[in-house]
Amino acid sequence: MDSTTETGRRATAASSAPPAFPSSGSEPPAIELRGISKAFGPVQANKDITLSVARGAIHGIVGENGAGKSTLMSILYGFYRADAGEIFINGERREIHNSQDAIAAGIGMVFQHFKLVENFTVLENVILGAEEGALLRPSLARARDLLTTLAAEYELSVDPEALIEDLTVGHQQRVEILKALYRKADILILDEPTGVLTPAEADHLFRILRNLRDEGKTIILITHKLREIMDITDTVSVMRRGQMTATVKTAETGPEQLAELMVGRKVLLEVEKTPAHPGPAVLEIEDLRVTDESGVDRLKGISLQVRAGEILGIAGVSGNGQSELLEVLGGYRNASGRILLNGIPLDLSGRHSDGQSRRAAGIAHVPEDRQREGLIMEFAAWENIAFGYHNDPKYQKNTLFMDNRALREDTRQKMKHFDVRPPIPRLKARNFSGGNQQKLVLAREIERNPDLLLVGQPTRGVDIGAIEFIHKRIIELRDQGKAILLVSVELEEILSLSDRIVVMFDGRIMGERIPAETDERELGLLMAGVQNGETT
Amino acid sequence: MEHSQNFVLFLVTLNQMITVSVVLIFAGLAGLFSERSGIFDIGLEGKMLISAFFAAAVSFATGNVWIGVLGGIAASMVFALIHGITSITFRGNQLISGVALNFLASGLTVVLGNAWYRKGGQTPTLSGDARFSEITLPFADALRDVPFLGPIYAEVISGHKPLVYVAFALVPLSWWLLYRTRFGLRLRAVGENPASVDTAGISVIRLRFVAVLIAGVLCGLAGAYLSTSQGAAFGREMTAGRGFIALAALIFAKWRPWYLLMATLLFGLLEAISNLFPNIDVFGLFTIPVQFTQALPYILTVVILAGFVGKAIPPRAGGEPYVKER
Amino acid sequence: MERLPRWADVFLVPFINLLLAFFVSGLVVLAVGEDPVKAVWVMLKGSLGSTAGLGYTLYYATNYIFTGLAVAIAFHARLFNIGGEGQAAIAGVGVALVLLAANWPHWMLALPFAIIGAGAFGAMWAAIPAYLQARRGSHIVITTIMFNFIAAAVMGFLLNGWLKSPRTQNAESLPFPPGAHLPTAHELLAPLGIGFSKSAPLNISFLLALLCAWLVFLLLWRTRLGYAIRAFGQSESAARYAGISAVRIIMITMLISGALAGMLSINVVMGEQGRLIKEFVEGAGFVGIAVALMGRSHPFGIVLAAILFGMLTQGGFELLWEMPNLSKEMVLVIQALIILFTGALDNMVRAPLERLFLYFNRRKEGAV
Repeated sequence: MDSTTETGRRATAASSAPPAFPSSGSEPPAIELRGISKAFGPVQANKDITLSVARGAIHGIVGENGAGKSTLMSILYGFYRADAGEIFINGERREIHNSQDAIAAGIGMVFQHFKLVENFTVLENVILGAEEGALLRPSLARARDLLTTLAAEYELSVDPEALIEDLTVGHQQRVEILKALYRKADILILDEPTGVLTPAEADHLFRILRNLRDEGKTIILITHKLREIMDITDTVSVMRRGQMTATVKTAETGPEQLAELMVGRKVLLEVEKTPAHPGPAVLEIEDLRVTDESGVDRLKGISLQVRAGEILGIAGVSGNGQSELLEVLGGYRNASGRILLNGIPLDLSGRHSDGQSRRAAGIAHVPEDRQREGLIMEFAAWENIAFGYHNDPKYQKNTLFMDNRALREDTRQKMKHFDVRPPIPRLKARNFSGGNQQKLVLAREIERNPDLLLVGQPTRGVDIGAIEFIHKRIIELRDQGKAILLVSVELEEILSLSDRIVVMFDGRIMGERIPAETDERELGLLMAGVQNGETT
Repeated sequence: MEHSQNFVLFLVTLNQMITVSVVLIFAGLAGLFSERSGIFDIGLEGKMLISAFFAAAVSFATGNVWIGVLGGIAASMVFALIHGITSITFRGNQLISGVALNFLASGLTVVLGNAWYRKGGQTPTLSGDARFSEITLPFADALRDVPFLGPIYAEVISGHKPLVYVAFALVPLSWWLLYRTRFGLRLRAVGENPASVDTAGISVIRLRFVAVLIAGVLCGLAGAYLSTSQGAAFGREMTAGRGFIALAALIFAKWRPWYLLMATLLFGLLEAISNLFPNIDVFGLFTIPVQFTQALPYILTVVILAGFVGKAIPPRAGGEPYVKER
Repeated sequence: MERLPRWADVFLVPFINLLLAFFVSGLVVLAVGEDPVKAVWVMLKGSLGSTAGLGYTLYYATNYIFTGLAVAIAFHARLFNIGGEGQAAIAGVGVALVLLAANWPHWMLALPFAIIGAGAFGAMWAAIPAYLQARRGSHIVITTIMFNFIAAAVMGFLLNGWLKSPRTQNAESLPFPPGAHLPTAHELLAPLGIGFSKSAPLNISFLLALLCAWLVFLLLWRTRLGYAIRAFGQSESAARYAGISAVRIIMITMLISGALAGMLSINVVMGEQGRLIKEFVEGAGFVGIAVALMGRSHPFGIVLAAILFGMLTQGGFELLWEMPNLSKEMVLVIQALIILFTGALDNMVRAPLERLFLYFNRRKEGAV
């Protein structure tokens, strides 16, 4: 976990137990948690949490990645069992040992990763586990009727007979909400519900949530996006390192104060950087097209350039072709069109379209998912430093054998340069914190001194301290005259790092902007496929 | 009515086909329930073998074949339980667990058989009530003289042991259970996405155990059929790879009951042909050796697996132990 | 941090697994009315008590080293090769073809060619399932199982036809020329003044097996190819990112695996039988799975596990004589239980141990 890099800051944390938010009037709160604690092995995920949410309110819970928000809600939903503490629902003490108990207590949950059966219909998913009898037909008929009612009441329309795999993410989320309502949930928990939604879809979701609140439902919204908290919640709690640091009325606070409570100190929102001095184009992409295994067009004619000494940021909601673009450039997805690197065309299919050829051509790649792609979690740090470059002559002792000693020495150097902690080359990758894993990948890729660096989600799941460090290193590389292609779903990151921004939507480029001349609102519209006020 | 020799051979082949596909139907359905719930089962072979042994041993001891069948089912269910404990409770590797159970059955049947009967792993031959006898369906004799269909009814459909009819009845029953009941919906869901079942408040573990135990019962029937119906004693390694053929049939059928019936009948037909016509002389030009006919089901399976005949997509959560995550 | 110290992971867990497997085996022995302690004694005496016993033990161990390495190298690429049985059988055909092709003057000349023959045929038999896995995604577990059955049919066909010796009724080939005879332990040790049983089939292939174990170790942990194999086995998606070709790794790994399994036929067909017979593999391909699991897929562990299984096999034959209620298939039971406990029930032992170590670590921290 983060313990190594963050122990220094722990002292400043507000560790005194916050007062429970007083419930209005004599009515008992919909949810009351007292003294909830939960440890996973040596890691204390929740520590003496106390929380109270009034009925008919939208309550936000904010916190960084790993602050313990999701764990707390999973305890409330019976997914985990708390080591200590009590749960009261509508003033009544409830033992919630599993999801069944939670459902019985009137709690419904919409997880970040939907729990839907992809090749089942909407109806089948809705009744699963809440069937009325041993035979399916009557249950399905009743559910079909109820869905029609709910759809009209809360703007929750979906085709009941559609297969989940054919639905958009936004519609799949509605199915999750319908599932909870079908089970007569009075309390609805949503875990990072907007992460995969376009701004328009998110607006629709918020409308649904307000409708639900007006009908007397209680809603808990877990997020790390402060704007959402300010937009929709009535009250908000802040979590930090497993503890509840504050509970306040939304109207009486602001994003700056919440951000400070979240991280425990003033946040450096601006990244210091000098204006770019772009040189000639390093990467030129013309009419790039990708069709995936299932025949879906993922890239529909992308053209762009990245020049030496500049950072081109690609904004977009995930799933709009950014990953495919990185994969094509990284050499592990076939495409049609043209890609020139320093004026020389790259193979887009066949034997020379692989990660090895791309690395040889001077492209380094920090992949979006470091645990699935960037690192071998069961390999030691020194083995990971060679990953992708294991054929490099400098790591070979002779034609037969690798030079493991040189590799370990090289690792020690790189760990020092990139402040990877603990700096122990023989430690397995999985034993480093998220931030240090990412630094390990960056050390490997940046120290290659590539002509073009591809960076995907550089700070996903990375603690604040490491974020600043990573951003600085990326800018340093730019200042050395290298070309950088940055893909991130965090608009703030795109805005603060990029010299130019292109927005992708549905496999196309929606537009190009200069950071100084645009804002989150404009980019958000482009990300939702709205151009000059028109939806594409 | 006089039948030509070819027609008689045709009837005999079909009759054999039904006799030998029964094992595959039972075992295939066993695999269907287990794998639809997300638990791979390459231990079908072992469960059948241990059941065949205990069915024969209990039949011999009690003189009642039905008690023997129960004995076989019980033994198979113990193995199924072990598979459940390893792969569901302790989240072990389902393939390795299956391999281990296959060997355990190979070893145990011989060790116990030798210790009890001293016949080199064989059980004593079953006779009288200790084995099944044929059932003649109504009107079989009366309809025999109806052209073509009459003999088929009398010779192919009628005159089998009771378990044969049980097997064929289980196919529609399984289909109904899988696609028309609450249990079936949950079973299919847990094999596709166990988290969806878990968050709906249903125990993934219990559901999978039920599926694995159903597979145990069905393998038990398959084994019992081998030693008390198709044969009249247990012989060492008497399953002879049928568990794997059943697995292949299941893949061929893409984990669907009716298609499974077709696939098992096809493989049954191949086995019948290799039993009845060892060396086939093709127009006097060359001879197809018996080894080829015997290997043909395996070769066909590989061809099927190679995906030249449509792509078989297994249940998505198959083989992966379920671990809760947010 | 690591949940278990390395020594516990590498030695303690497998040891407890082994104990559990032996304990349950003991229950089976009790169930058939024999004394498990006596059975252990008989097996120990039979396998190590004489040079003849030792010779047989190491002869079987030789087979298991080959097949264990074959399974293990595939494991490293996350491939489960259950086809060692068939690959070894077909490799026997390769050995027979090489040795029957010429009147070999000396074993030193014959051995390299026989190794090539065995390796090539074993690899060939693994190549089709490997290709189907790499290119068509056909599950290699199922295809290799099918290829075992097909191999049995091929052997039956060849030994009743083209390769059949006209001098006998049995399904076997002509004997190999005397120049192809591999020196046995007796012949090798006699000049050094060490007396070794004449009847034991232990031969120079044992050294070949140890050499293979060493080479596999070097391959996996010292070469680029081994690095790529292990990386691919740990994470296919990461391998894709790094430009490690899945098709290439699957093909190469399975070819090596098949060739290693094929080496078994050097020991049995060339070293012991001196001719090709039908069922010479005798389940050694499957024992390789247990050996690889027990040895944690590490060549050093595999050599130790192979010797243990050699003892079991040889000891099992002794049981037959001394304890009439037990048969040599008891070894199959023990083997199955070892696969079960080390391979599938690992978490049953590991989880409580992890809790135990966590408890002690906390106490230690508390004390400091």
